[in-house]
Amino acid sequence: MEIKPGSRWRSAVCDAQLVVVRPPKQAGELQCGGVAVLDLADATAATGDVHPDFAGGVLIGKRYTDADSGIEVLGVKAGKGSLSFDGRPMQLKDAKPLPASD
Amino acid sequence: MQTSLLLDLTADVCGDRKALGTLADGLDFAAMRNNACAAAAWLAAQDAQNAVFVGLNGNMVPVLMFASGIAGLSFVPVNYRLPDAELRKLIARTAPSVVVVDDDMLGRIEGIDGTTLITRSAFEARFLLDAPTDIDAPEASENDIAVLLFTSGTTGDPKAAVLRHANLTSYVMSTVEFLGAEEDEAALVSVPPYHIAGISAVLSSAYAGRRIVYLPAFSAEEWVAIAAREAITHAMVVPTMLDRILDVLDKTGETLPALRALSYGGGRMPEPVIARALNALPHVNFVNAYGLTETSSTVALLGADDHRIAIASDDPLVRRRLGSVGKPLPSLELEIRRDDGSCCKPEEAGEIYVRGDQVSGEYLHKKAIADDGWFATNDGGWLDSDGYLFVEGRLDDVIVRGGENISPGEIEDVLRGHPDVVDVAVLGLPCVSWGEKVAAVVVTRSAEPDVAALSAHVKAQLRSTKTPEDWHFREELPYNETGKLLRRVLKAELAKLD
Repeated sequence: MEIKPGSRWRSAVCDAQLVVVRPPKQAGELQCGGVAVLDLADATAATGDVHPDFAGGVLIGKRYTDADSGIEVLGVKAGKGSLSFDGRPMQLKDAKPLPASD
Repeated sequence: MQTSLLLDLTADVCGDRKALGTLADGLDFAAMRNNACAAAAWLAAQDAQNAVFVGLNGNMVPVLMFASGIAGLSFVPVNYRLPDAELRKLIARTAPSVVVVDDDMLGRIEGIDGTTLITRSAFEARFLLDAPTDIDAPEASENDIAVLLFTSGTTGDPKAAVLRHANLTSYVMSTVEFLGAEEDEAALVSVPPYHIAGISAVLSSAYAGRRIVYLPAFSAEEWVAIAAREAITHAMVVPTMLDRILDVLDKTGETLPALRALSYGGGRMPEPVIARALNALPHVNFVNAYGLTETSSTVALLGADDHRIAIASDDPLVRRRLGSVGKPLPSLELEIRRDDGSCCKPEEAGEIYVRGDQVSGEYLHKKAIADDGWFATNDGGWLDSDGYLFVEGRLDDVIVRGGENISPGEIEDVLRGHPDVVDVAVLGLPCVSWGEKVAAVVVTRSAEPDVAALSAHVKAQLRSTKTPEDWHFREELPYNETGKLLRRVLKAELAKLD
């Protein structure tokens, strides 16, 4: 799994879609619903179940981070699974929106 | 990360939302992307490194901008107002390039080596379709320079400021909420395409999911008419535009009920103008943004609440924030430094430095950024004890009189507070005894201005060394089309008189 900035992924177990804003400092696995995410272009159907420990959901327009690896992703489509990196639950980044300036 | 991703994300999630133009016949995000991909396929087949644009702002500009990035070309909007010889010289520097040019400007730029010309009407006929067919984007390219903007140099040839895809996407993703715009939001863009605010407006609006309406050439009457007709909710203006817009509102009685947010920047905003604006448009959120081409636009902003608190305050330290550019963005670092590189204390003026992913600090063939990432803006300024940034202007404009550094902005602000003063520019002129002397060029309401009274007004509020020794009176001051005072033009004229 090569997690580059701007790379796009989809959950293997729900509707969530993600884009990587900041890559991790070391290699690891990006997961949604407890299962490794798939490349957006991967045609495999989303099957299997969201793991109950990772069922908090992904929201559109929200950012999620993992402090240990520095990875930051943006929710582009909502889904039932929540995000983790190498099994560590990712945190919702609480950023106050700025007013439009241009 | 490529700038086209910003458009892709929005087109994927809400492709049928209006992206460009009027509510009646505008283009939606899916059509904008498909047009951009089709134009990219065509650009990629040309033997070109740059996609140049010479013309007025309009719906094809975002299409060409995104298409350039997708095709691996750099987008280079150039100032069509330049004299023909200079315009041709700039375009020659972009070869090999494809040049999209307004039909009535074609004759000015024909026959430049290494350029392939296409008129705007021909480009629009192919790549500004209401219902373009779905097309796959060409393979991603290695060119990471998204945009080149020629900055008006003080001496010599204009420099080409480099904005990489990483700078621009970082700026947008750290300052704009993805799909943060309501479906009815629309931004009126009246800055020219070769201005950084014209670039950032396209990218920010695409990512926020906000419709863009263009005003190709600014006039205050037209701005107000479109804002009313198109139910514009957001707009960015430069200070000279705002003053004229307020005049039109006074005259017509238009109140712009749909308008929610008005941001301003690109030059020093006189306090009386913003105070008048807050009064005339109480329902509007005002945002003062400070930024440079080399920083991918905004680095500090004064928000709506700050404006309201400042104007209502009796505390002079709070009230004066109306003249500040607010606080630095949380996604970057900002410092005020002395000449020796050490950091200034609050209230102490120095040079503004910034560091962050959005800061390019780079020109073609020349990096202007330090190895540790800090960029010297060449703007003077200071922070107050609460972290509000006050910008004094270009350090090149600072007047050095007998060893004392005098900032023109401070004197201009004081003079603008005089009831007879409509507009003013302060600058340094060569002087035998002091090195430089302070000169003021003033536009007054009265036909016979009272020099003694103006002098006394400055002396009462500032030191006598800051009181202009030279007074000149004009009908109007020279500005460029993006509202920047042409101080150097004035300086050259006055130096000749001496």
